[in-house]
Amino acid sequence: MIYDFPIIFSSVMNGLMLGGIYALVALGLTLIYGVLHIINFAHGSLLMIAMFAVWLLLETLGIDPYVALPLMVAGMFGLGYVLYKGVVGPMSHGEDANILLVTLGVAVILDNLALYLFTGDTRIIERPYSFEMVEIGPALITLPKLISFLGSLAVCLVLWLLIDRTDLGKAIRAVAKERQGARLVGIDVENIFALTYAIGVACLGAAACLLLPTFYVSPQVGNVFVIIAFTIVVLGGMGSFLGALVGGLIIGVTEALGGLFLGEALGQIGISLIFILILLFRPTGLFGGAK
Amino acid sequence: MLEVRGLRAGYGQIEVLRGIDLDVRGGEVVAVLGSNGVGKSTLNNNISGIYRPFGGAIRFDGTDITGARPPSIVARGLIQVPEGRRIFPNLSVRENLELGSYLRARASRAKNIEHVFAIFPRLQERIGQLAGTLSGGEQQMLAIGRGLMAEPRLLILDEPSLGLSPILVEEMFKLIARIAAEGLAILLVEQNVVQSLAIADRAYVIEKGVIALSGKAADLLNDPTLKASYLGL
Repeated sequence: MIYDFPIIFSSVMNGLMLGGIYALVALGLTLIYGVLHIINFAHGSLLMIAMFAVWLLLETLGIDPYVALPLMVAGMFGLGYVLYKGVVGPMSHGEDANILLVTLGVAVILDNLALYLFTGDTRIIERPYSFEMVEIGPALITLPKLISFLGSLAVCLVLWLLIDRTDLGKAIRAVAKERQGARLVGIDVENIFALTYAIGVACLGAAACLLLPTFYVSPQVGNVFVIIAFTIVVLGGMGSFLGALVGGLIIGVTEALGGLFLGEALGQIGISLIFILILLFRPTGLFGGAK
Repeated sequence: MLEVRGLRAGYGQIEVLRGIDLDVRGGEVVAVLGSNGVGKSTLNNNISGIYRPFGGAIRFDGTDITGARPPSIVARGLIQVPEGRRIFPNLSVRENLELGSYLRARASRAKNIEHVFAIFPRLQERIGQLAGTLSGGEQQMLAIGRGLMAEPRLLILDEPSLGLSPILVEEMFKLIARIAAEGLAILLVEQNVVQSLAIADRAYVIEKGVIALSGKAADLLNDPTLKASYLGL
């Protein structure tokens, strides 16, 4: 038999590793959706910008992507905050539908800015650890993939603690469901919008650092992730945290197994298939409650 | 403590309040009465900074707060428990209470939660439950408890008896009287005339956007014009 256990196992492992990154990208998206009730169309472009920033930090200053992680998280947080306060918030005039269009506009600008600055070339980085292998059972996983998986889980955990335990997290959840009530306990709702957007974008800073040692960057790279991240957000349940994490892992494994059995070109069919199946049986997504 | 002078307010082109004068002094329970749609909630939401008044002045503790933003008004201890409760349905009872002290009295949060549980023991039984799963009466208790968490200097209660069964309404007024007995100034905005006047020191009656009647609660209770203006008899 061609597809014996070790091959399938390593395929599943590779899928999980990629799924971790998917989850991280989807997490920011679902967080922003949950609070602002809009899909952030600039998500993929912001991830691309973050990846170019990581690439630049290495090429010009020689800063390793993993070392750059705290810097990138802080930088993307700042970018997200300024973007919301300066562009998305003021230009949307409180209308959810406008926010959607403004984020789409931001995406178009960022994509073309990247094309202008970096051309359409695909770039990769090479690090001494790029091809180091780690043995997990019968599977061999490259070290950067393992790090990206564990890193993604760690970021998810930190984010969950932030949202679940801190006053800021409670305020974010409060604003998500009851804006008027939030105003009356003294929560600055507009500021929570900006902070939520910033946190969602900060996730992309982490994702970019974890991703780059095993992935390429080009001005179109965001599209690879954002379509999948949209799928994960819907599949996991719009606005659900756990949904984004589990959904990310499911999609990662599905994609890897699809690629193994059907070939790279057809592998993506699996994603659509599992997406349709889950929504058939749970229309609100895996962890989406009825509204 | 609270001084409202010539307040004009409304929505868009429509003026709902056409010059309201109103005072609340320290430790006083003041009732604002009026039937549906006379602008009672408009008054509250302008005092709380949710909307900007068209004109007039609002002062709290001598400071002008006209048109100030809600966080700065909450920070001064002017807390509103809104009509319709506006609790956070996706947060637990404990988290709702904790957010009551988001801006104020954060240091005494644990102590104040105990205080709220002493007033509303029912909330303690529901402490881990999501607020959205509570009954209407329990949600109202939670909304008031959340307001108390900020250690208010003045508490605005907007229609606390709305949507409650007659027995619960009676219980709610007893609880409000108990909170008032602790010395807290309360602006009680209600449709429920008799029970509000029973626990209030003074009262204002709003009609067609102006104060139609005001005075001591005991006097208003026997005032024939109250029945005429309020009940339309």
